[in-house]
Amino acid sequence: MTTKPLRLKELAKGEDRFAHGHRMCAGCGAPIVVKQVLMATDYPIIASNATGCLEVSSCIQQFTAWKIPWIHSAFENAAATISGVETMYRSLVKQGKIEEQNVKFVSFAGDGGTYDIGFQSLSGAMERGHDMMYICYDNGAYMNTGIQRSSATPFGANTTTCPAGDAIPGKLQHRKDLTRIMAAHGIPYVAQASPANWMDLMKKVQKAFEIKGPKFLNVIAPCNRGWRTKTDDAITLAKIAFETCYWPLFEIENGVTKITSKPKEKKPLVDFLKPQGRFKHMFAPENEWMLVQAQEYVDAQWERLLKDEAAG
Amino acid sequence: MGKIVAVTGNEACALALRQINPDVCAAYPITPATDLMQRFSGYVNDGKVDTELILVESEHSAMSACIGAAAAGGRVATATSSQGLALMWEMLYIAAGTRLPIVMPLVNRALSAPLNIHGDHSDGMGARDTGWIQLYSENAQEAYDNTIMAFRIAEHLDVRLPIMVCMDGFIVSHSIERVEYVDDADVKNFVGKFEAVHPLLDLENPKSYGPLILTDLYHEYKRAQHEVMTKVPAVIETVSAEFAKMTGREYNLFEKYRLEDAEIAIVVMSSAAGTTKDIIDQYREKGVKIGLLKPRMFRPFPFTEIAEALKHVKAIAVLDRADSFGGMGPLYSEIAACVMQMDSKPAVTNKIFGLGGRDYLPDQAEYVIDELIEIAKSGKVKTVKEYIGVRE
Ligand SMILES: Cc1ncc(C[n+]2csc(CCOP(=O)(O)OP(=O)(O)O)c2C)c(N)n1
Repeated sequence: MTTKPLRLKELAKGEDRFAHGHRMCAGCGAPIVVKQVLMATDYPIIASNATGCLEVSSCIQQFTAWKIPWIHSAFENAAATISGVETMYRSLVKQGKIEEQNVKFVSFAGDGGTYDIGFQSLSGAMERGHDMMYICYDNGAYMNTGIQRSSATPFGANTTTCPAGDAIPGKLQHRKDLTRIMAAHGIPYVAQASPANWMDLMKKVQKAFEIKGPKFLNVIAPCNRGWRTKTDDAITLAKIAFETCYWPLFEIENGVTKITSKPKEKKPLVDFLKPQGRFKHMFAPENEWMLVQAQEYVDAQWERLLKDEAAG
Repeated sequence: MGKIVAVTGNEACALALRQINPDVCAAYPITPATDLMQRFSGYVNDGKVDTELILVESEHSAMSACIGAAAAGGRVATATSSQGLALMWEMLYIAAGTRLPIVMPLVNRALSAPLNIHGDHSDGMGARDTGWIQLYSENAQEAYDNTIMAFRIAEHLDVRLPIMVCMDGFIVSHSIERVEYVDDADVKNFVGKFEAVHPLLDLENPKSYGPLILTDLYHEYKRAQHEVMTKVPAVIETVSAEFAKMTGREYNLFEKYRLEDAEIAIVVMSSAAGTTKDIIDQYREKGVKIGLLKPRMFRPFPFTEIAEALKHVKAIAVLDRADSFGGMGPLYSEIAACVMQMDSKPAVTNKIFGLGGRDYLPDQAEYVIDELIEIAKSGKVKTVKEYIGVRE
């Protein structure tokens, strides 16, 4: 049996391959994503990790939360690093120096380490066709260094490098649509997921692990420090992100787009923006245009996705 | 005796890599190192090696992939030059700090700006503090021999550090010279099997590589790294002695040429040592007691041994094929540190030569020697640091 059944009762009994006791902030979305990924499968996994919140908080001195082989080398190279590990594995198996063990190779990186500084390394590894899955936990900013803007930061957000000031009201650019960019690499599997829809996320992970070649998974990972929300809001916000179609759940398998879960009723984007302090200034009367523009962008992206799906 | 051939430095190093048959190589093109990995790629695609090649999209990724591959637990090599090494800079420290025995021929080339593809040591010197072992080679034969020995040195269980095998861009990488190869079977036997230490691919014993270590232990880790470096010279000597037994070619931490009874000396690395030796022979015929010291191992630097070897001379000229702008040449600084250990305190000058592939010609060596003769007589140094071979 390669894909195990996703029943909570049994999953809860499984071994935790990302141990508690790590030092991520209370309420952080990223470790939930990691746990769901590792829980979805019994395959042996070797992971690389880009510098960032997850990395600095999970392996400190002689303490590690990782019960799988894990390597961090730098910020912009999680993909290149794991591509080296994966290639060594293939080489040693080919030469009969080690036994084939059906190992899965995974990279974890934040949005900064993925959309921005690690983009070249990621693009290169995908093009080379390594058998690996790259997982971006997207919290929409450089959180580890103190909430600076990244190209994944949503329009309007107040960050420490694009603060909502008197002259410039936060980030004036829309997010980079990385998931589509990754799909444009022509790799066999690209998907977007959310820890709020854990079953959907785990199914995607399971499916991806059955596919040979490069895979890319983009997962929303709310950050209460950066988003200026309540400590225990991560899953609620991830759910609203899905319901407002800010973060649609879809996959692109061999070029065919499929929305894996659609909200029953598409909620207005303000439902997602309102609970977050980083968007507070957008609700001032003089910034109403920002709310309009943010909604228009989400609508256009959603329409495009529906069209892509219809096109098959 | 092995086969004698007429080949370039790159060709010889590529052949060494074929004989060694690393498990993984990552490559990215840059003049003048391109040709080396290009030739090696030919061996890969002709099935002459088992190596898996990763044709990365940058040198940063090349070193990152080497780090991943080496941590996975196998033999790893790459090669680069100049801007490529500069782009790797961040990862060089990580390769060394993680104690990964990666072997990298470095075809020495100038750094931009202005853009220049020719040989000097700016790239290697820029990486001198990264924690890599550095061997410098005078000619294709040395580059070939050093490449073979490099695997043994880097992978030695007392060492486990990455190593650069340096040769001068174009002057050595692209010039055809006489090289004596070692037989394939002998190389294989000499290099031996790779022994993985804490490999990531050991699924039964999962290891975490690359932790965060702050003020409470970072300092101790760095001291440990320093201590490992102090073990390198002995390993290089042992490996070199074994190599000499196999080939008859002797290598030490540095080479001494007519130095025993010398009153004045030139210290210079790599290909320029060859030219200098010729001129020294001419002066010797005139009765001038001059000798040469050519460091082979630049990192770690054999301070005590070099101090011992130079302590009897009156004046030393250190020739640097790189500059530290506003400071002294990097080799000069090391030799000055050696002189500090001597009671005799010979006078030392620093000549910067051959940047961006500027030819190092006999008249430059003559100029340096004539000045050394003067300094030895008067005991006075007029200019400590001077550019030579400059077009005015
Ligand atoms: C080359 C380099 N530049 C900058 C940094 C500083 N830095 C470390 S983590 C980080 C932010 C990481 O952001 P992201 O990838 O979004 O992950 P997060 O911290 O949000 O989890 C930055 C800028 C670095 N370590 N290396």
